[in-house]
Amino acid sequence: MAEPPAPSAPAAAWPDRIHAVFRRNDVAQVGYVPDTGHARLISLCQQDNEIVDVVLASEAEGPGLVLGAALGGRRAALLMQSSGVGNCVNTFSLLRNCGIACVILVTMRGEFDDFNPWQVPMGSITEQTLKLAGFLTYRVEHEEDVEEIVAAGCNMAFGGNLQVAILLAQRMVDRHTGHH
Amino acid sequence: MLDRREFVARLLADRGDLLVVTGLGTATFDVAACGDHPLNFYLWSAMGSTAAVGLGLALARPDRRVAVITGDGDLLMGLGTLATIGVKQPANLSIVVLDNGHYAATGMQASHTAAGIDLARTAEACRFAHVASVDALAGAAETRKLLYGADGPNFILARVASTRQPRIIPSRDGHAIKQRFLQASGAQPL
Repeated sequence: MAEPPAPSAPAAAWPDRIHAVFRRNDVAQVGYVPDTGHARLISLCQQDNEIVDVVLASEAEGPGLVLGAALGGRRAALLMQSSGVGNCVNTFSLLRNCGIACVILVTMRGEFDDFNPWQVPMGSITEQTLKLAGFLTYRVEHEEDVEEIVAAGCNMAFGGNLQVAILLAQRMVDRHTGHH
Repeated sequence: MLDRREFVARLLADRGDLLVVTGLGTATFDVAACGDHPLNFYLWSAMGSTAAVGLGLALARPDRRVAVITGDGDLLMGLGTLATIGVKQPANLSIVVLDNGHYAATGMQASHTAAGIDLARTAEACRFAHVASVDALAGAAETRKLLYGADGPNFILARVASTRQPRIIPSRDGHAIKQRFLQASGAQPL
């Protein structure tokens, strides 16, 4: 009798798949501000000798870091919450002014069963803000889509020196982190 | 007090393969006044970001020395980046702040440093390996030792006069100066 299919291992969770896409795309620097939703991905980047992880005091430093990495011939990505997008509005200008490839993974707040209603004002304008700042935006609602969408985002960004943001739905992120 | 143009000229004389990132405004004019150079990268937006650009570059190019040359206003707008640099401890990064205590580009309004806020002590608190305060041209020699040789991160606070200087305006085409910088620095293509 055939073995029943193995339950999907925790190691195949979406942060691991994003990390694998980073590796395949030679992402060499990852800037972030500590975040519950990104905690596992941050940990994977910290443990990866091929990735320099940079913990930022503010997300606003991220676009500068990405520009600096690009001037050194290295690809970079940023991890932040939706609130962090608001901190970057002016510094995003560096990326368009210089044609710098950038991939941002955004964990959404204030959009689905968030305990803190003060997250709503920024969360509800995050995607529009990114679009106004010149980003292509994609949303991941379901874990099974994450690898395809992040890979496509990396291809678009690194293939054409474009700015790409991938918004990770709060419903998916919170399920993963045990908030539901 | 220090003449900023002369101080920067001394720092960048015989600069070899030093990579230089400048903050928008007067620091860019000071560096451009030494002669345009393909290993200069001038920022023209995102005030407060210059130190972060230097950090990303220093981490991407551990084989090269990186100097950030900027003003007190730019550093104040991104003060948290000093702490971010202190965490990463990049040995090849130096930050030179030309502190005139004023926002020269907008009409010489006083900055926080004019009220006694000491950016050098801030850098010390952020675990910079070497911190120097310079207020005379003789300090250029010490600054050069840090820029070109000392294991960093290094921080040099240069107290410069707030006299107005002619604006020397280099290229504002970000795509062009990026390509030029990448070619001249021999970065691997992305």
